[in-house]
Formats: sequence, structure tokens, C-alpha cells
Amino acid sequence: MDLLRFITAGSVDDGKSTLIGRLLYDSKNILADQMDALERSSKNRVNGSVDLALLTDGLRAEREQGITIDVAYRYFTTSKRKFIIADAPGHIQYTRNMITGASNASLIIILIDARHAVVEQTRRHSIIASLLKIPHVVVAINKMDLVDYSEHIYNEIKNEYSTVAVQLGLEDVTYIPISALNGDNIVNKSSAMEWYHGKSLMKYLEELETGQDVNMADARFQVQLVIRPQAEHLHDYRGYAGKVISGIYKKGDKVKILPQDTDTTITAIEIDGNEVEHAVFGQSIVLQLADDIDISRGDFIVKTDNLPTLSREPEILLCWLDDKPLIRGNKYWLQHNSRVVRIVIKDVKYKLDVNTLQRHPAEEDIKLNEFAAATLKISTPLVFDSYTRLKENGNAILIDETSNSTVAAVLLQ
Amino acid sequence: MSQYRLSYLEQLESESIYIFREAAAQFDKPALLFSGGKDSITMVHLARKAFAPGKIPFPLVHIDTGHNFPEALEFRDKLIQKLQATLIVRKVEDTIRIRKLTEPKGKFPSRNWLQTYTLLDTIEEFHFDCCIGGARRDEEKARAKERVFSVRDEFGQWNPRLQRPELWNIYNGRIHKGENVRVFPISNWTELDIWNYIRKENIELPNIYFSHEREVIEYEGQLVAISDFILPSVEDKVVTKKVRYRTVGDMTCTAAIESNAQSVEEVIHEIVATRISERGATRIDDKVTEAAMEDRKKNGYF
Repeated sequence: MDLLRFITAGSVDDGKSTLIGRLLYDSKNILADQMDALERSSKNRVNGSVDLALLTDGLRAEREQGITIDVAYRYFTTSKRKFIIADAPGHIQYTRNMITGASNASLIIILIDARHAVVEQTRRHSIIASLLKIPHVVVAINKMDLVDYSEHIYNEIKNEYSTVAVQLGLEDVTYIPISALNGDNIVNKSSAMEWYHGKSLMKYLEELETGQDVNMADARFQVQLVIRPQAEHLHDYRGYAGKVISGIYKKGDKVKILPQDTDTTITAIEIDGNEVEHAVFGQSIVLQLADDIDISRGDFIVKTDNLPTLSREPEILLCWLDDKPLIRGNKYWLQHNSRVVRIVIKDVKYKLDVNTLQRHPAEEDIKLNEFAAATLKISTPLVFDSYTRLKENGNAILIDETSNSTVAAVLLQ
Repeated sequence: MSQYRLSYLEQLESESIYIFREAAAQFDKPALLFSGGKDSITMVHLARKAFAPGKIPFPLVHIDTGHNFPEALEFRDKLIQKLQATLIVRKVEDTIRIRKLTEPKGKFPSRNWLQTYTLLDTIEEFHFDCCIGGARRDEEKARAKERVFSVRDEFGQWNPRLQRPELWNIYNGRIHKGENVRVFPISNWTELDIWNYIRKENIELPNIYFSHEREVIEYEGQLVAISDFILPSVEDKVVTKKVRYRTVGDMTCTAAIESNAQSVEEVIHEIVATRISERGATRIDDKVTEAAMEDRKKNGYF
């Protein structure tokens, strides 16, 4: 059994929370007491029937205003998979939440209201999905019950969206007509839409093949911390703890330490203090090396025959996440996995309109939820891969030096 | 693990270890909050794995309400000894005395709410800048929205509207002096994941997690153990039942469930079949208002 992380995106009232509630409910992942609580709060509010959206709206302000403020994470398990859902709000001002939720997702469900077809937010969410390289897209055409389960309307929306998908280079797109409210095509195939021959949403989620999403070619490992036990029998022990970002490591591999540019060999790979033969993408391990080299947190251990990029002036695409705008010439911290360096934003090249993908001259400040291309300046070289090639080693955040807030999502180019 | 793919439990484990290592690397004085429950015990197991062959590089802190299950305390002390870890215990009772707090009254006088005072005092006493906790997002609606690295202001308060965006695997633990961060390595685990992991890793638990006979009061559908802290009154129905605990908090705020499950395997079967959620079945303290947990978190609760 494996793990699939996905995100749901749609505009306000497209029925995201209802869809998640439905997935949890129909897969029997909502339990009796949670249902009771739901019925109680549904009655506290005006509408009569049970409001599945209340399942995901956790904070008081959200329940009072009937909106979702923050990314919420939900979990459900079927006999095939464990799922983690990031539920990101649809409001325009909350683009940053969508990016947060999307950053770890390997699939996005974009909800479209069958009555309104492709709207500005659909485009925005799709553009973000393409920028963040989410490998799989499901276009869930919702509220089919309100358009008499019309195949014609489904096809129109499908055609309209295909144009968007082609423009954005979205490769794996699947269309499913649903009614989250009534449960059509969620877990079971809907009898109201016999013209639809595809899978139900749940069946699609359970059977999606994700093996190709993993990068096994480029071996990347970044040191999180150095383990030096202060124990008698482990006197000379030095282990480099970290998570394999991508690829495979084996005992005996010839490796290079970056940015120092020193060569050595892996003498042992350990998990829980025990030696293993190899370690793969996603595993938290400890490496031991043949030579005594000065290595600290944030340094890379890569194979000598496959090297990442080193640059003091990396080009980036960023999405601004803070209320305070980006100030050119200000210094920020850049955190790239476990490495934190001071940077200056040397040059903002253009602003990217996330509704049209058009580039605009960046004369003004870059504000909350805006995308921009920029060049950074760093005193020591950053070791990375382009986000397009290897997203696990191509992402970073910017941190405001004075407030310590995370102010930007960074895609290294 | 199949040849090159991790199973979901291996993925969850690896993510948790990564988070533990980030916490240890980013903070000067981290501490692991230890309650004695199965989630805490799993956390200790993960922490041990994260830093092996070295020792866990931070102390375990137990905020002791004085209302513990004796079995849980006994287990705690054996575990600490086995790991050669450092344990710091601070008692809610002392906080009540020194700060002249009012003891809760009522049938089930839970000191759960007062733990916050002791925790904040302990953070100040030891200058902890990071408290690692075993909260899971599936437990409760307000927790579903909390970050893995959750910044608290100098009053220990959580502000859900000012949370930092948390992207990819990047955890921003930068804080100002006086602030601290709560770190939740098992955020993405569910109750079932914990039990499956306990089975896979053969983790030992206190015996109150398994079926045993106990004298309990039946109160509004919940079974509350009789102890020094909960004494039956005349109108209470006292019965002896085969029970086990799904969560282990204080004796005053944790209810037992009827169960015959004697092994981890049987517990897993029981959880898969149950129609009641973990906190719903067993926590007397969440039912006060719909936003009970949110309010406690905002005030500096775990």
C-alpha cells in the first residue's frame, strides 16, 4: 500500500469541501460521532440537510462565515491506498494557501461548476498546477445534477478546458462528471450519467499509477545534521544524517561533497544504526564517508558522475506570500531544504500574470499572490537543480530577516 | 519496501525522522513533550531512530497533572531507563500552589486546562525554544489546520490567521527571542497508522491499551475508571467490565471502551471496525464547546 497526496482547488462555492466530505463519507472514513457532531452543527445553521462542508471547516471563524481560511489536511484510507488531502481555499486572496497545499501534491483535482464552465479561477489554479509541475490533473465537473446530467455540457467544458491544458503543457488530464452533493461518480458510478464510460473519482484515485513520478536518475542527498555520539565505543563515529532527495545511493559509491568540491567514497549507509546495502528516494538515512572532510548542515553529497548546478546568481520564479511587498535590494534568507543563506534580490525581470501567463514589466513592487521572475545574488554558491528537472531539489523559500515570516515560494530555474 | 518504492508507513516514518532532525538542527534547546500515551511512545521510538547510533539529543518533558494512570508512569520510568534519556517532570500541582490557581471542580475535575500554565512555566524555566509534540492532524478539526512547525508568541499563543505558509519539505523555524515553536512530527499519521506502525516495529505499550477488567462508572455513555481522583457517588452505577483505553490522558478526562482486544493485531481489527473516532470515544474534555480544542490551542496548549 502506498501514499497519494492530492489537493483540491476551485472557486468559492464550487463545492470543494462538499467533495472532500463526500469522499470521506462514502469511503466510510467519517465515523458515527463525527457525523453526529456534523448533524448538530448543521442544525445550528439554517439549511436543513447535513452540510458535509462543515467537516473540513475547522476554525470558528470559518464556520461562522461559511468560508475556508487556511489549508486543512484530511486523511483517508481505502484498501488500496492512504490518501492525504490538502484542502485549499478558493478565494483570490488565498492563492498562497493553494501553493502551500499544492507544493507536496502529486495530483490536483480542479473543480469546475458545470453551470459556470471555465472561469478565471480555473485558469489561475491550472496555471499554478503547471508552474508547480503537479504531474496529474483531474478536472471534476461538479454540480452535474443542476444541469440535468447533460453530456453536452460536460463535453463543452471538456473541450474548453483541453485548450487550456494544451496551452499550459498539462500532460495527464482526466475529466470526470460528478455531483459531490449527491455522490454521483464519487465512489460509485452514477446511474444518472450512463453516457460517461470513465472511472469514478475514487476508483481513479485508487488506481492511478505514480511510479514514473519519482526521479531515480539524479542522486541527491543533503546533510541535515552530523551525528557524533559522545560514547566510548563510537569514539570516532561521524555520520551524516539526511533524507535521500532523489535517486539511489549504494555503499561504495564515489561521491562529491558540494559546494566544497571534495571527492570521497560512501563506506556505510545506516538506518536506525544498522547497515543497509542501498538507500532510495525518500528514505531518511545516515551516511559514513571514507575521508575526514569538514561537512556541515546543508552540504550536498552527490555522485561524481551526475552533478547538480552551482550558482551564485540563480534565476528564480517566485510567488510572493506576504502582506508586505517585495522590496528590491532588501536582504532575505533563502532556505533550500536544510540550507539557509542570505541573499539579495538583484533584479526583478518581469511579473507573471497568473490569469493569462503574460509577462509584464515589473516596475512596481511585487505584492501578495503575485508571481515574478528574478535574479538572486548569494555570497556562496547554491547547489540545486532546476525545478523543471528535479522539483525536490529545485524549490526554496524566502524568509524576511526582520519578521522571520516565510514571504516567498521559490522555483529555481 | 519493494525494490525501490517505500510503503506508506515507511514514507510516514521517514518524514517524521526528517522533522525530528530539522528540530534538533534548527533549535538551541528543543524538548520532547512526553505524555506517556501511545503517540508519545511512538514519538520516542522515532526520535531514537532519527539520531541512532547517538542518543536522543534533547530531554523528554512530562507535564504531570497528578492524575496519571499508575501503569503509564511505571512504563515511562522503565522507558527512560532503557533509553538512558533525560526526563524532566514538572507538576501541575506545584503550579496550582505557587500561582494560587483554582482547582477545577465538578464530577470529573480535569486539570487538562491548567497544564498550559505548567507547560509555559517549564518552557521559561529551561529556555526551551522548541517543544516537539505528538499531536496528529486527524485528531481534531483545529489541529487539521496547524503547521508542522507552529510558531507561538511569547505568551505561548497560536494565531491560526498568522501561520507561516509551509511549503515542500522546508520548515522555517526562525523565531525572535521569547517565542517558541511547537513541532509536530507525526502530523500526517492517523490512529490506524500509529497502530500499524506499532505492530510493524514491535513497539511496547503500557498494558492499559489492551483488554483488562476494571471497575468503572457508567456516565453518559462513557466508562470512567474509579481511582483516587474519581470516586463514585451514590447515584453512580459502578460496574466491572472488560475494557481498554484508546487514548491515555488523565484518569479524569479519559474514558475506557469495552473491548476484548488483547494484542496489537486485535486492537487493529477493532479500530478498523469501529464507527466512533478516537477522541469521540474517549475524551471527556473535548465536548465542552465545538471549538474547545481551538480555544485551548490559542491559549498555549500543546
